[in-house]
Amino acid sequence: MPGLGTSYGRGGATTFAADLQHSDAILIMGSNMAECHPVAFRWVMKAKARDPNPCKLIHADPRFTRTSAMANTYAPVRAGSDIVFLGALIHHMVDQYERILAKPEAERDARDKFFLDYLIHYTNSASIITEDFRDTEDNDGVFSGFQPAQRRYDASKWRYETDPRDAASAAAPETFTTAVVSLVGPPAHQDPTLTHERCVFRILKKHFQRYTAQMVEEVCGTAQSTFQEVAHTLWSNSGPDRTSAICYAVGWTQHTTGVQMIRAAAVLQLLLGNIGRPGGGILALRGHATIQGSTDIATLYNLHPGYLNTPSALKRHDTLLDYIRAETSATSYWSNFPKFIVSQLKAWFGDAATAANSYAYDFLPKIVGDHSHMPMMVAMARGDMDGFFAMGQNPAVGGQNAGFQRKALAKLKWLVVRDLYETETASFWKDSPEVQSGELVPREIQTEVFFLPAAAVAEMDGSFTNTQRLVQWHEKAVDPPEDARSDIWFTVHLGRRLKELYRESPLERDRPIQSLVWIYVNEAANREWRIKDEPSAELILKEINGYTWTPGRPLEGAPAASFADLKDDGTTACGAWIYTGIYAGGRNQAANRRGDDWVSLGWGFSWPANRRLMYNRASADLAGNPWPKEARLAREHPRAGRALPGFVYWDAAQNRWMGLDVPDFPPTKRPSAPAQPRGVGLDYHDGASPFIMKGDGKGWLYVPAGLVDGPLPTHYEPYESPVQNTVYRQQNNPVTILYNVPGNPYAPVGSREFPHVLSTYRLTEHHLSGTMSRWLPWLAELQPELFCELSPEHAGEIGVENTGWVVISTPRGSIRAKALVTRRIQPFRLRERTVHHVGLPWHWGYKGVSTGDVVNNLSALVGDPNVNIHEAKVFVCDVRKG
Amino acid sequence: MPEPKGFFTDTTVCIGCKACQVACHQWNDLPAGHGRSRSELPVLSGNSYDNTGSFSDVNWRHVKFIEQPLTQGPNRVAWLMMSDVCKHCVNAPCLEVCPTGAILRTEFDSVFISEPACNGCRDCVSACPFGVIHMSESRGVAQKCTLCYDRLKNEMVPACAQACPTNSIQFDTIANLKRRAEQRVSQLHREGVRAAHLYGADDKVLGGLNSFYLLVDKPEVYGLPSNPKVPSRSVVQSSFWGIMTAIMTGLGMLFAFRSRTTRSPLDRAETQKPAAGAKERPIT
Repeated sequence: MPGLGTSYGRGGATTFAADLQHSDAILIMGSNMAECHPVAFRWVMKAKARDPNPCKLIHADPRFTRTSAMANTYAPVRAGSDIVFLGALIHHMVDQYERILAKPEAERDARDKFFLDYLIHYTNSASIITEDFRDTEDNDGVFSGFQPAQRRYDASKWRYETDPRDAASAAAPETFTTAVVSLVGPPAHQDPTLTHERCVFRILKKHFQRYTAQMVEEVCGTAQSTFQEVAHTLWSNSGPDRTSAICYAVGWTQHTTGVQMIRAAAVLQLLLGNIGRPGGGILALRGHATIQGSTDIATLYNLHPGYLNTPSALKRHDTLLDYIRAETSATSYWSNFPKFIVSQLKAWFGDAATAANSYAYDFLPKIVGDHSHMPMMVAMARGDMDGFFAMGQNPAVGGQNAGFQRKALAKLKWLVVRDLYETETASFWKDSPEVQSGELVPREIQTEVFFLPAAAVAEMDGSFTNTQRLVQWHEKAVDPPEDARSDIWFTVHLGRRLKELYRESPLERDRPIQSLVWIYVNEAANREWRIKDEPSAELILKEINGYTWTPGRPLEGAPAASFADLKDDGTTACGAWIYTGIYAGGRNQAANRRGDDWVSLGWGFSWPANRRLMYNRASADLAGNPWPKEARLAREHPRAGRALPGFVYWDAAQNRWMGLDVPDFPPTKRPSAPAQPRGVGLDYHDGASPFIMKGDGKGWLYVPAGLVDGPLPTHYEPYESPVQNTVYRQQNNPVTILYNVPGNPYAPVGSREFPHVLSTYRLTEHHLSGTMSRWLPWLAELQPELFCELSPEHAGEIGVENTGWVVISTPRGSIRAKALVTRRIQPFRLRERTVHHVGLPWHWGYKGVSTGDVVNNLSALVGDPNVNIHEAKVFVCDVRKG
Repeated sequence: MPEPKGFFTDTTVCIGCKACQVACHQWNDLPAGHGRSRSELPVLSGNSYDNTGSFSDVNWRHVKFIEQPLTQGPNRVAWLMMSDVCKHCVNAPCLEVCPTGAILRTEFDSVFISEPACNGCRDCVSACPFGVIHMSESRGVAQKCTLCYDRLKNEMVPACAQACPTNSIQFDTIANLKRRAEQRVSQLHREGVRAAHLYGADDKVLGGLNSFYLLVDKPEVYGLPSNPKVPSRSVVQSSFWGIMTAIMTGLGMLFAFRSRTTRSPLDRAETQKPAAGAKERPIT
């Protein structure tokens, strides 16, 4: 999420799956899209089967998968070496720019001009970076600002160079508006000739100079010819009349350098001029059906719905004004931040939120540290937690170092599991491997486990927000059986009962729960159903959308039509500003079902503002005219019987942006509009700055602020690696989050005991920890048993035959699995040695129709420093005949 | 009378997701499982990602996975996938050998087993050169794909084609499908996939298959016979018919009796072909 967010402004996929049908080349990397996203993959196959001009499909992956089988080019890449591969691609593209820049201006053709216009005007290539910045190339593999004792960076050493701030702007602000105005600072110094040695383009060039095709061969184990083919395919299929897309999934995120892998892709797509354009973009493929939705309407500890940071005791968040000053980016669309947070407080606390009490800001609890999944389980293992809800989650199978997590569950006083079946998490106390081995004794476990049956998706109203930010409504078809209830029912009624318990409390600290707006049950709407007290999902959707606040009558006011309607004076309420418009006109737009063969604005609702392709100002040139590819596609896809000139373009006759998509730009801002150096919000940007959520309106090749592990992607080995880092002396990400706690040992670099690389992954036939597939015989029979994929070479070395048993071990545990010996797995020949790759699908557990050992018994608690995601895509293991 | 309808399966866009298998099970309410005990799941086959192995009385669709070792070119392996199903042959051997007339040709030109008329003689099982038909042990009747006759009657697409995410399984009139298939082959030839060809689209295989395929290797690689033989009765369409009736009837009864107790050599050879093929190309 921060990989895309810091680069482009929003953490979501920039494009939508159906748009891939117009890609000229697609690079799938860090994803097994055909297997894990088969429905979205239809558009990839449609592009590849296009006649004429078929799309070139590239798959880069350690394993030859069902996706590789479909690819024109398969590039085997050793797990965890992705930044070397991408870095060398960036190097290749930078060289193409140098070639263009070296030409006299008169000799540059339209293609050259496209690339230079995009690079100079749509990215921050020309911005100049502070003298404090030192690159890894000059600083022995780490950036300036590194504080080894604290294992952290001082990111202030990476900023833009600017004039000094006016002293006047530091005056104490009185209103939210003046607070935002006071935050507007001087713009970064620019060098549009791209010659200044501290301009982003020069820094980028220098940083990636060492990433060469030869290095790809030696570090990634990819043949140079294959790499060259990929580089050529991407460059020749990008430009004014062609676009290429990149698709990734958890094959990139689940690394200690995961955010930087995504950053590398983001840089590459900016250099190729592919962002904001049809057939281009980066499609971040999310895991679950609504994983995008679960960050939008946040289940993350550090985000409120709509990507507002949770107030923190560790930041200057003491008062609402402090919080606004700390969190508002005044020179982007985020300048509206006060409206978003005040409307959210109003939605939650209603009449109790007043101007006098800063809209009940003090009702919000503040976080005091990292409360994400892994630290939470570590705290649980220490005995610091009393209770835990596992709803739609199965950490006994899906959690990293799952044995550690199961033992942590035994330290709780109570555990609530809501699921379709009794999961491994619900039954850890009686049949986990720890109980089998005697490590846990059921009668000594004090955890009281409540297992509550959950309703399935067809048994409730609700929505999914899928990988492309598209919210699709689903309607209840039948009542759930017996005591099974929807997630909404459980949460709303739990809240009602808690409110009842606190109703008479005179304590000040209980005012938040007493004041909470919590009136979602509409019994009249449930007349036709057995369950009469089911809350209304539509009322919740209305709250999310936002509405005019009427004192004393929550949820009754007129729905907001767009986030431009929101106010910071308590007259509007809105649960999540990015979704505003989803209930415009009092109609559930997520239930729309008017699709077409491409953009489909009439199908569901896509945040923000129903835009399907974000940053789409970049689909037109500086003057607002469509690029040639956009003009062609618009001709081929007439809308309402009329061919438009482009995808999104400036219509000079109507003085506004128009197109096949909702323009992601101020609708009437001229392409030639100059930037206003003291302007607030989007006035600060000129009319050719497509990235409206960024403080300078540009796509960020270099990230001067927002990441904790460096402004540019840099190759470090995975935390557990069989080899030394040959790119830098620094072995791994210097700010990796480690959990040096009992029960979570790590293997040393180059361990003889654990010499092989292991990746965990998913199969088409199963879903995550198997709760929705291993219990269902129709799916379970398709992949009935856990298996371990080995190359014939590796199997030969350890004397294992196909379907024979093997034991796989890591410092955290051992499991048994049947070997699946296949040439699809290949050893990686690196400069120093050959590394075997071992593949394990992680769907199995000890409950259900199809059972098997828990693969996550092997993985480690170790985290990416930006988002604290684990590194399940690469760690080390041993494999023996068993 | 509707036009003949069927499937064109473009194996070059099959991603082996098995959605067709699951959709077939669900629509036709067929149980999971393989072998004698329905409650038992199959074990890991070790044959690539194919764990259901073959057609059966409850597997009317079967996705095949063929891993081919390569010695030339950049990749060391090719992975072919193909969703197989009843071919609904124009000259259907099963229909021709059925002694009770239980196997019918429908108004969609598909081949349909009418269960009430099936006496469980197994002639059709032996006659099918593709190993499609199997006996239901519990009910004693022959079972296979119906081309979702119940869905077609309601102007719906067969469940498998509806579920296919990549349009590998296409359902339409045979005439439309042939046109599209030929275009696709010529496109692949232009793109350098010289081996692309159609199997069963013309009348050379059993008079034409109403479920035909685009393949990129020899049919045997996919477990399909290059030149399947039409069994006895179809070749005895001659002027001797009237004279030979009595003799033929006697022989036919004898043949039917034999095939109930032992499986015919033809049946054995054809139905075991995919397994034998897999053995010749060990996936290691």
